[in-house]
Amino acid sequence: MNIAWFLTVSALIFCVGAGGVMTRRNPLVVLLCLELMLNAANLALIAFSRMHGNHDGQIFAIVVMVVAACEVTVGLGVIVAMYRRRVPIDVDELRELQG
Amino acid sequence: MAEVLFFLTAIATLGGAVGVIALRNPFYSVLALVVHLISLAMLFLLLRAEFVAAAQVIVYAGAVMVLYVFVVSYVGGSEEPIGVGPSRGFRVASVAFGGALFLVLAIAILGSGLKAIDSQGAPYVSGFGSPGAIGKLLLTDFLLPFEVASFLLLVAAVGAVTLARRRGGLETPGELATYSALDFLRPAGTGTMAEGVGGRRRLPAATPESGTEDARA
Repeated sequence: MNIAWFLTVSALIFCVGAGGVMTRRNPLVVLLCLELMLNAANLALIAFSRMHGNHDGQIFAIVVMVVAACEVTVGLGVIVAMYRRRVPIDVDELRELQG
Repeated sequence: MAEVLFFLTAIATLGGAVGVIALRNPFYSVLALVVHLISLAMLFLLLRAEFVAAAQVIVYAGAVMVLYVFVVSYVGGSEEPIGVGPSRGFRVASVAFGGALFLVLAIAILGSGLKAIDSQGAPYVSGFGSPGAIGKLLLTDFLLPFEVASFLLLVAAVGAVTLARRRGGLETPGELATYSALDFLRPAGTGTMAEGVGGRRRLPAATPESGTEDARA
C-alpha cells in the first residue's frame, strides 16, 4: 500500500477526533477524542518512519504514547475529583478554575 | 493481500473512531475506542512497526482502557440527554470544521513534494521495527527522552493520586464510629498518614481502654 493511503486514514481519524472534541460535552468522551487525535498523529509518524526506512518516527510514536498515558491518568484523576465534589460532569458547566 | 487487509483494518479503524463520538453512552464509546486501537495496531503491523503495534495493544488497549472502564463505572457513565446537547447549528458547524480540516490535510498530502509518498516506502530490511532495534535506539540515541519519559510517568502517577485522593478523611458517621484492630495495637504516639494530613480524628494516643470508652460513648 502506498504511504499516502495511510496518511489519508490518519487525517480522517484526526478530523473525527477534532469534531468529537467540539460536539461532545462529557469530559470522559472529550478525553477519548483526544486519544483519537493522538493516535492519528502516531499513525502518520509511523507511516513516515516506514517511508524513510528510519526508526526515529517509531521512537516518537512511543514517546507520544507515554505522554498520552500521562494525560489520561491526570485527566481521569481530575474527573474523579470532580465527581467527589459533586460538580456536574459537563464541560459546558465547568467554566471556572475556582473550586 | 496487503490491500485487502489495509482496507478492512482502515474501515474498522474509522468505524471505531466514529463510534467513539457518535455513541451516546460513554461506556460504549470506550469499547468503540478499544476496537479502534486494536485495528490501528494492525495498521502499524502493515507498516512493519511490530514493537509499536505490540505496545499499542498492551499499553493502550490493555492498561489505559481498563483505567477508562473503571472510571466510567465509578462516575456512572451518565448518558447525555438527547434534547440538551449542543444546538443544531453548533453541531453543523463542528462537522463543517472537521470537513474543512480534512480538506486542508488532504491538500497537504496531495500537494506535498515528497516523492516517496506514492511508493511502498523504503525497501524492507530484516529487523526493521523489531524490539531489538527500538531498544537499541532508546538506550543510545534517545536515552535522554527515554529517561524524561519515565520521569514524566512518575510525576503523572503521583499527580493522579494527589488529585483523586479522598479529601477530609472518612467523613461518614458510620465510618467514624468504627475502630479497626490497628487502632489498639499500635504504639502510643504514632499515627497514620490519614491523620497526618488532618483527615481522620483519632483516639487520644493513650491506653487502648480509653479508646474503647470513647467508642461506646
